[in-house]
Amino acid sequence: MLGPSGSGKSTLLNMIAGLDEPDEGTVTVDGVRVDRLGEAGSAKYRRATIGMVFQFFNLLDDLTVQDNVLLPAQLAGMPRAEAHERAFELLADLGIEQYRGTFPGRLSGGERQRVALARALMNRPPLILADEPTGALDRASAGSVVRLIRELNERGQTILLVTHDTGLAASCATRTIELVDGRLARDGAAVTR
Amino acid sequence: MTGGLGTIVRAGVGRRRVQTVVMGLTATLAVTASVLAAGLIVASEGPFDHAFNRKHGAHLSARFVSSQITSAQVSATARARQVTAAAGPYPLVSVKPTPVDTGGGLPPGIQLTDLTVVGRRPSGSVDDLTLTKGRWATKPGEIVMSAHNEPFVLGNTMRFPGVPGDPLFKVVGIARSAGETADAWVPRTTIPSLTASGSRPDYQMLYRFKKASTNAQLDADRTAVAALAPGKSLVGVQSWLKVRLAATRASATFAPFIVVFGILGLVMSILVVGIVVGGAVAAGTRRIGILKSLGFTPGQVVRAYLGQALIPGGAGILLGLVLGNLAAIPVMGDTAEVYGVGRAGIAPWVDALVAAVTLLAIATSAWAPARRAGNLRTVEAIAVGRTPSGDRGRVARRVLGRLPLPRPLTLGLATPFARPGRSATMAVAVAIGTIGATFGIGLALSLNDIQSGINLRSPGDVVVSDLTSPVNTDKVDAAITRQPGTGQWFNSAEADLGVAGLAGATTVISYQGDSSWASWQMIRGRWFHGAGEVVAASGFLHATGTRIGDDITLVNGSRSSTVKIVGEVLDVRQEGMLIVLDRTSIAALRPQMDPLSYQFDVRLKAGVNRDDYIQAVNRDLEPFGVSATRNSDKLSDTVVSMDALAGALTILLLCVAGLGVLNTAVLDTRERVHDLGVLKALGMSPRQTTAMIITSVGGVGLIAGVVGVPIGVALHGVVVPIMGRAAGTDIPAVDAAVYDLPLVIPLLLGGLVIATAGALLPAGWATRTRTAVALRTE
Repeated sequence: MLGPSGSGKSTLLNMIAGLDEPDEGTVTVDGVRVDRLGEAGSAKYRRATIGMVFQFFNLLDDLTVQDNVLLPAQLAGMPRAEAHERAFELLADLGIEQYRGTFPGRLSGGERQRVALARALMNRPPLILADEPTGALDRASAGSVVRLIRELNERGQTILLVTHDTGLAASCATRTIELVDGRLARDGAAVTR
Repeated sequence: MTGGLGTIVRAGVGRRRVQTVVMGLTATLAVTASVLAAGLIVASEGPFDHAFNRKHGAHLSARFVSSQITSAQVSATARARQVTAAAGPYPLVSVKPTPVDTGGGLPPGIQLTDLTVVGRRPSGSVDDLTLTKGRWATKPGEIVMSAHNEPFVLGNTMRFPGVPGDPLFKVVGIARSAGETADAWVPRTTIPSLTASGSRPDYQMLYRFKKASTNAQLDADRTAVAALAPGKSLVGVQSWLKVRLAATRASATFAPFIVVFGILGLVMSILVVGIVVGGAVAAGTRRIGILKSLGFTPGQVVRAYLGQALIPGGAGILLGLVLGNLAAIPVMGDTAEVYGVGRAGIAPWVDALVAAVTLLAIATSAWAPARRAGNLRTVEAIAVGRTPSGDRGRVARRVLGRLPLPRPLTLGLATPFARPGRSATMAVAVAIGTIGATFGIGLALSLNDIQSGINLRSPGDVVVSDLTSPVNTDKVDAAITRQPGTGQWFNSAEADLGVAGLAGATTVISYQGDSSWASWQMIRGRWFHGAGEVVAASGFLHATGTRIGDDITLVNGSRSSTVKIVGEVLDVRQEGMLIVLDRTSIAALRPQMDPLSYQFDVRLKAGVNRDDYIQAVNRDLEPFGVSATRNSDKLSDTVVSMDALAGALTILLLCVAGLGVLNTAVLDTRERVHDLGVLKALGMSPRQTTAMIITSVGGVGLIAGVVGVPIGVALHGVVVPIMGRAAGTDIPAVDAAVYDLPLVIPLLLGGLVIATAGALLPAGWATRTRTAVALRTE
């Protein structure tokens, strides 16, 4: 999802995630009317369907990397052993297993975003929503995160990525939607891969 | 305050409405209870002690039997250990007056109880009398009555039929003795005209001691005096503590528990103000940075934050002053009537002092965080923003995260460790609330148990009481005996008799019939069994310095009878100056019973219908102008007032504790609103959010409750006996032991309840906060 700053990209993402409600219209994800779910329904929907990745990571500073990654599973009531196994597998898969006892404040931006990705994948959600995942990263870290996102996508993970960076969109999107002033300006298949 | 500063303060007060209300309410609680407590103490004891010392009141007035001791020997007792001043010996007689002309007051010709008349001058080194009306008696036929001897007023006349010549006396003055050492005074030369033929006046000696502030000290003083007197010549003493008790009883009984609430309220006020202002500084770090970057000096920042505490605190103080003074009206009303000592309201200087102390406490409590705000470095303040560093509490989160509990609960349990100072302060606030609740509930239960104990004075199923005219008691007795349903029964009646050594009369309640089942609540010892035995209330034992096993001599004119004290009973009437016995014990004294004091108590046989019985017995009683009624428990106005006041103060304290928790939870929730947004984005449900917020204070509340309950129990154990002593009685152990397991368990959980109640509102707020908005909060 492309668009300049203030075009409504993040608002749309939040509405898809059930974090925000539309003033008018409906939000339907995989046949589910997200705008009608209510607080408890939205929470359940997010646990089962959505994994979120934020521009500024939104990791909890007072929890270790492993505890951050475990959170979605713990909130969903996943059995302890299964949750730990899954977390370890993800941390290893994303190359950050050595940081599992570390607090996020000690990690670089790229490493933090990997932790955030691991956390988003924890409950095996069918949809990952990523809001400017490289916006707060330096070029090298951003490149590493983009590669990771692309790999995930290639393995079958659906990802809705919001960015104002056309280069990023061009590098990984299979479909691009462009918003301008809160309206759909373009919806097309992509783009060069 | 400059315009800019004023704006900042007003904005701060308006923005933090919850905290502002909490500060105001705690100040209100502290001031209400403190004003009441300080006012009561000042109004009761201060003026009495002052007047007593100014008049060199007698700590002990002793009566010596002239047949066993000489005047010189009495004088020599002034050399007893600890005596600092003594006066006497004065001649003393006990005589029964008969009113002649009382201006329509007392009917002429009736015989009244003994008057203790002493021959002396009004001034002296001990017991300097105050003439309140008229003049001093200077010649035969003139008498000065004690201001406490109500029946006679200035100008009344009386005769004394028991002495030769039936002399006529006129009341020419009314005087007050600080220690109430006699009922009347005449010149020394007049005493022979009041002395029965063939007898000599006894001696009165008045003493002041180095230490005489407790019953134990006075007992020791009395023993020292008695040791210097031959044989059993010292037949009785009167303690100034009895007089003091009477003068200060009403307010002194209330004061102890109100003092407790006052102290708890003041501590709570200081804590809550500290939490609120500290929280305001922590939450407003970025704001402080902006203010300083705009040119506010550290001093102005300090004043701004002090102002945000002092404005609601000041409003709370004013409200507390109003409430405290209003509450004082019913509580202190009685004291105004006692001994001319009390005031019907709070002394203005007490209001001023309490307000000043509370304001100072609030300012002191707010000073530390305000100063911290003033000293914050501008750049750091702007950079830090609102979010806490997250350094604190990490270990706790890690450890608690391993517990086999749902994650929202372990996250909540770890929250207090992120702000240990604030959490500890909140814990103390909850503990104070729990202490107040434990103490207040225990107090109410004890008061009700004491009331039940006092109600034992009127046992049985059916009672004939509250007579409006004299009855033929023999006929009423016969009517009750005749009824088939009557099981056990007795009648009781009151008479005033003298007790050797005590000025004035003592109320004697005598029982006729089978009273074995009618024991009052015993403090110590046992109920009397037959003639020669007596039970006494605590006030009597304290005033006479006697104890169980001692003999006392009851006096009615020239007749006397000795009885043994076998028990101490619970009673607070007449400052506990009463004794109870079988009527046969005083038959030889031929006492004049108060005809309207007769009461008949009946216990029915098993299976008898009470209403049917009452209907039947009333048919027989109707000709005598009396009727039987169901015996129902009574509740004294004082107990009702105490229950109401303790209940109101407990509820106020609990509310403030709950508001303290609310304030803490609000601060924590607002500081962590971003984290909350993250958790909700990860799928935390509203129920999980609520559980996390409640757990964040619940754990602390539970611990605070567990700590607070034993302290509340201990306070109860200290305060209730003090209240009892103020009321003139010891407290039966069974009435003090109110904390049984079914009560303690809910009390232990009280801290959790307070914390949960206080956290519900912020939990709801956290649940309703839109996730997207929370995530945008930095």
